[in-house]
Amino acid sequence: MIAALAFYLFAAILIASAVMVVTARNPVHSVLFLILAFFNAAALFLIAGAEFLAMILVIVYVGAVAVLFLFVVMMLDIDFARLREGFQRYAPVGAVVGGILFLELVLVLGSWTFADQADDLRLSPNPGATVTNAEAIGRILYTDYVYLFQASGLILLVAMIGAIVLTHRERPGTRRQNIAAQVSRSGSISMEKVPTGAGIKTLGIRRPPEPEAEAPKVTHDAGHGRGHGGHH
Amino acid sequence: MLTIGLAHYLTIGAILLVLGVFGIFLNRKNVIVILMSVELILLSVNLNFVAFSAWLDDLTGQIFAMFVLTVAAAEAAIGLAVVVIYFRNRGSIEVEGISTLKG
Repeated sequence: MIAALAFYLFAAILIASAVMVVTARNPVHSVLFLILAFFNAAALFLIAGAEFLAMILVIVYVGAVAVLFLFVVMMLDIDFARLREGFQRYAPVGAVVGGILFLELVLVLGSWTFADQADDLRLSPNPGATVTNAEAIGRILYTDYVYLFQASGLILLVAMIGAIVLTHRERPGTRRQNIAAQVSRSGSISMEKVPTGAGIKTLGIRRPPEPEAEAPKVTHDAGHGRGHGGHH
Repeated sequence: MLTIGLAHYLTIGAILLVLGVFGIFLNRKNVIVILMSVELILLSVNLNFVAFSAWLDDLTGQIFAMFVLTVAAAEAAIGLAVVVIYFRNRGSIEVEGISTLKG
């Protein structure tokens, strides 16, 4: 009874927030409604008994993916009004396609049944209430599905490298640390024993000549400021 | 009505999937909302996986839902990176303007 009421509540909020994701005028609101949708989907997972996945959904989707969306939406200076020009034009087409798709799904939903031997076809039966959901998943994830687990790690690595390579750029006029030059430096470095309280000038320690440090610094700052303004 | 069955979950999943497809049609110009619609579609797939996993008492569905989640996260990262560099080059994210590759 309580579970059913909770299911209807979470499902209603999930559908409503999904509608708002699709139709919201401001993409920032879309992202926030997407977060609400993920939270309610996690609640539905909990009702179905998939506790581990519910927590993963909150952590991965709300904590990482949705925040990533939020960053990108807020970082890009987009004219949102122009992006909505074709809204009314495409709505009927989308409604027709969506209606047909939903009708087909309803037809499938109304007519299918489980196979008689469905229980025998289970790949990894749930061990029951003796172990927690997370432990049961861990027992098969690291044994039967370890190759898939490694493959998904590889997918994440490739995605990470890809995202960095795509968005990384060399800014002209910025100063970067040249580690090879620093490490291979020799001859110009010396150790001196210095009494406390004495300055370099009073001791007469020769400082290495500064290669015109001041003048480029000013132009670099100006150039950086201009470049920064140009990108926003 | 007051006992939640598999059909309830499948109906929610179907509605979410249709909403995601509808969102792709509705926001033809805004890539970011299209990416969010794809996330909705993948969420509906996950909902179906979890529902079948729960009703068949088979944990494979939950394992597979986790892999779907992983791929969805990777897809979001790559897609948003592409959006960022496209915006950097063209100054807008209108999908209809993307015909440089003449595909």
